[in-house]
Amino acid sequence: MRGAKSAKWVAIAAVVALGATACGGGSSDSGDDSKAAIDPNGKFSIEVGEPQNPLQPANTMESNGSIVTRALFTGLVDYDSSGKIVYMNAQSVDSTDNKTFTVKLKPGWKFHDGTPVTAESYVKAWNWAAAPANKQTNSFWFSDIQGYADVAPEKGKPKATEMSGLKVVDDSTFTITLTSPIPYFVYKLGYEVFSPLPESFYKDPKAAGEKPVGNGPYKFVSWDHKKSIEVARNDDYQGSNKAKNGGVIFKNYTNLETAYEDLKSGNVDVLRQLAPRDLPVYKADLGDRAVDQAYSAVQTIAPAFYTKQWKGIDPKVLQGLSMAIDRNTITKTVLQNTREPATGWVAKGVLGYQPSLGTDIFTYDPAKAKKLIQEGGGVPGNKISIQFNADGGHKEWVEAVCGSITKATGVACTGDSKADFQADLQARDAQEVKSMYRSGWVLDYPFNANFLRDLFGTKSSGNQSGFSNKEIDTLITQADGAKTQEESEKLYQELEKKLPEYMPSIPLWYYKVNAGYSEKVTGVKYAQDGDPILTGVQVKK
Amino acid sequence: MGRYVARRLLQMIPVFIGTTLLIFLMVYALPGDPVRGLFGDKAGSPQVIAALRHEYGLDQPILVQYWNYMKDMILHGDFGTQIASGRPVTDVLGDAFPVTMRLASLAFAIEVVLGIALGVLAGLRAGRLTDNVILLITLLFISVPVFVLGFIAKLVFAEQLKWLDPNVSDSTNYGQLLMPAIVLATASLAYVTRLTRTSIAENRRADYIRTAIAKGLPKSRVVGVHLMRNSMIPVITYLGTDIGALMGGAVVTEGLFNIQGVGGTIYESLVRREGTTLVGLVTILVLIYLAANLIVDLLYAVLDPRIRYA
Repeated sequence: MRGAKSAKWVAIAAVVALGATACGGGSSDSGDDSKAAIDPNGKFSIEVGEPQNPLQPANTMESNGSIVTRALFTGLVDYDSSGKIVYMNAQSVDSTDNKTFTVKLKPGWKFHDGTPVTAESYVKAWNWAAAPANKQTNSFWFSDIQGYADVAPEKGKPKATEMSGLKVVDDSTFTITLTSPIPYFVYKLGYEVFSPLPESFYKDPKAAGEKPVGNGPYKFVSWDHKKSIEVARNDDYQGSNKAKNGGVIFKNYTNLETAYEDLKSGNVDVLRQLAPRDLPVYKADLGDRAVDQAYSAVQTIAPAFYTKQWKGIDPKVLQGLSMAIDRNTITKTVLQNTREPATGWVAKGVLGYQPSLGTDIFTYDPAKAKKLIQEGGGVPGNKISIQFNADGGHKEWVEAVCGSITKATGVACTGDSKADFQADLQARDAQEVKSMYRSGWVLDYPFNANFLRDLFGTKSSGNQSGFSNKEIDTLITQADGAKTQEESEKLYQELEKKLPEYMPSIPLWYYKVNAGYSEKVTGVKYAQDGDPILTGVQVKK
Repeated sequence: MGRYVARRLLQMIPVFIGTTLLIFLMVYALPGDPVRGLFGDKAGSPQVIAALRHEYGLDQPILVQYWNYMKDMILHGDFGTQIASGRPVTDVLGDAFPVTMRLASLAFAIEVVLGIALGVLAGLRAGRLTDNVILLITLLFISVPVFVLGFIAKLVFAEQLKWLDPNVSDSTNYGQLLMPAIVLATASLAYVTRLTRTSIAENRRADYIRTAIAKGLPKSRVVGVHLMRNSMIPVITYLGTDIGALMGGAVVTEGLFNIQGVGGTIYESLVRREGTTLVGLVTILVLIYLAANLIVDLLYAVLDPRIRYA
């Protein structure tokens, strides 16, 4: 999945403002990383916004914070690009019954302050983060662990400060007991909320959020709020992903347009995303330094099943609506090829991704769409609206989708714009969505359950549509009760194949990373979550 | 004079309370919840949401929240804490204000010097070619939206001529701030020019100017002292409010040039429903406005000997 590797120089006549860096090196050294001399201690800069929360691993939920935390902390496991588990700080994570997991740590790992990373570093950190009193936004990640309900009860005072399911065996071993078996629990452990914390953290958690001490490939240097965050290579790092550069400077940009200008004038080295304005020209500007690849996120529209309109709707109607959307044309035109038409509910790059579900509901077919809607008894009221947040650049595609539906089936369709993401969320939480709403999902861990179980179970944390189906719930329970991870993956694949019969949502398209980097760096690769892999970047002399 | 100032200062108190309360209520009225917003698409745990809401007092009635907030602010100079980052609002303001202050003062200097100079030039040559050219230029400045000017400036000076950096990466560097300051100053500059021109053109024919010329005073003194002093009153009035507007940060200009100032902070706090940060910012802005207004009024007396404050 390395897109745009051999982007040829296309002479686009109408390209205005060809930047300074365009045609810089010609084609002799392009794509040939080995010839350029590498400065192993060189630092490079990357575009980031101001992290929303303090840099505590259990407290970062958005991309600006998590890219920094991930550079500073290394957890038990990580994933490779195909979604397979790679052991990092853990020697092994074993289980006989998928309920009790024994974690063995690799020897010799240290925090940046020189203290060793022990089993206690993990157990204490997780217990601290799970306690509501410490107000960590990601605390619900621990809810699979036995005793979480005592530490963070829905109502009333906590009965315990430690989860009974976490036990330290010795310095390098601890056990995790879950409330019910989850065969793919190891996958969840890759999320940064499961990072260890040094003893010094608890003295002053607030200060630690400003000057984090981690155990990751980079050490924290400084954080100048709203300007930049600097990290330097950790030379004592024991992990397999030791940094190939001297450090990273996270430069603060408030918008992507300015970041792209700075990339062209050589003031920033790596971008994570581009503004729509620059999409038509970036491949011509950057040549083979332009990045265009899929990452694991999906955009969907979901019917609000609690409304009169969709309560007890025949899924055929939703299948029909799905077939009335011309995904190919919309992704090519309105979205300028920054998305790929969806062929299922699980995104690419996730273990258990299926290129085809053996159904035609994702193909554009106006005649069949009409027929299906008629068979299902028509759309109640014969009109739908799609709620979206106006500050997220969704307006154009929502209008296009609406136009496509109306053209194909005659169902009236309008965008229901909310001023910003907050207002959008509020309406979703309060179950005030009038008809349908936009809902995106970026992976937490690359296992297909994350795109199915966490969204469509009656009680799932990501289920905001009020979708509830006994059979799906039973299938989820079965898949979670599977003996092995492989089996669980298969059962979830079968569940996904069944979803067209229930249509909990209408998948539209998968996201792509459209970004680029400067001539100063090589070896820039992007991971499944859409972020560049910092440790692999090399800086030229 | 002293009594006048004291009266004006007392009048500020209800204005101050009124504005802050209004902002507080407005943020409260917007749909959305700053704590819930931290969790984005995920549901988050109700326990943590409740704990956070309690910590920031969001579970209390709005007027109680306002009372507590104002009490802390006035008695301890405590502007509260940002919900997302957990930083004291005073820190956030301390980051944003110096940046905007530098940008604003640079823009202000540009518009005062250039605006008044061009205005005087046009006023003295009213009706001639110079006057018309200046009027045309200022009309352009007023009618072209600021982001268009920004893009043009970037394209010409940064990308093609390479004289300046396209964006501000170090906000203490006046060289980098120059371009955004010029872009920010253009619209106000045009107004200052036009106001000055009109006053000058009008007062040129006033009796006291004729008298001064008849007395045989040199032209420089007639224009520089007699004419200018009286003509500056409307200009000073405009500049006074403009200081406030500039300090309020220019959301568009700051966004264009990646300047992390007050404008961006206001926008961000609005989007995240961070009421405390917003009220903190607005409080300071209100104080700046009030102070600027008072200074302008006192300057009237200095400029025009006919105005006296008892």
